[in-house]
Amino acid sequence: MKGMTIIVKTIAGWVKILIFMFGIYVVLFGDITPGGGFAGGVILASSYILLMLAFGRESVEKNLPQALALKLLCCGVLAFAAIALSGLFFGADGFFWNYIYQEWLAGKDVEFLKAGIIPLAELAIGLAVAMSLFLVILNLSSFRSDISANEKE
Amino acid sequence: MLIFYILLLFILIAAIIAVETKDLLSSVICIGAIGFGASIMFLFLRAPDIAITQIVVEVLGLIILIRATIRRDLTFISGDREFFGTVVSIVIIFTIGVAGLGLAVFQNLQDFGNPIFANVPDAASQEYISQGLAKTGAENLVASIILDFRAYDTLGETTVLFTTIIGALVILRREGRKTLEGPDQ
Repeated sequence: MKGMTIIVKTIAGWVKILIFMFGIYVVLFGDITPGGGFAGGVILASSYILLMLAFGRESVEKNLPQALALKLLCCGVLAFAAIALSGLFFGADGFFWNYIYQEWLAGKDVEFLKAGIIPLAELAIGLAVAMSLFLVILNLSSFRSDISANEKE
Repeated sequence: MLIFYILLLFILIAAIIAVETKDLLSSVICIGAIGFGASIMFLFLRAPDIAITQIVVEVLGLIILIRATIRRDLTFISGDREFFGTVVSIVIIFTIGVAGLGLAVFQNLQDFGNPIFANVPDAASQEYISQGLAKTGAENLVASIILDFRAYDTLGETTVLFTTIIGALVILRREGRKTLEGPDQ
């Protein structure tokens, strides 16, 4: 996949940062506004897929290598499990205990991390979903192009 | 209620076009139209979380996935689509569904917009709605349910997603295919 015409490349260059920022907004404010980790993760992945369609697969792989994406995916899933497990050590109620809110923040008027572990878990899920969708679409795309290259030979 | 029937008609027309059209890309776009109609329906039912997920997955995800993986010279479906067979199967399914099981099932359902759990005083969903903000601190009730009250579900879903992606990558990645296609040692 070599990429598209100059018009598509210019528009994609303008739009990509807006889509990326919107994805980060949906992930970070999942406990206040509609959205959350899954929807925001898909939006983040789709900004990279837009780049892949417009500029070709090689430029995206230079930007976000597959090995790094795989590491980030594992980090996201591990972080979610670690957030769940950390409830065992900080509170009375064990697994998935929302200790940040229940022990420290309940009743207080704070701006950031108001819901305790929920925004942190949204971040972890958003990272995992974005990287998994990105990896699957990248690999499917290279799979198809390899098959068609084999058939031409 | 009228808006739901209009949207259902729109979804039905889009689904029939998606089945019957010859161009694969317009077929995919019609499936996106189905998801768009369903997302508008969720907005009218006051469920913005589901609407966002629906439009992101069905419209963005599906269309971009198929556009990114499709081969350029295969966008037209070769061979006839059997119009007669489709019509006959739709009529058979409709007859069985409405005349047989469907009527009996629909008579036992609750009214639209009046779920069973709304009438049970000590149901778990009543406690989620009344105590959600006080117990978790999240203004978005959906986030407080999927990541606090029902967080085990979300952990399971994330594990399933992770396992699926790792399995798919093992099959799809270039190194695995090279070894598979190479000569036997």
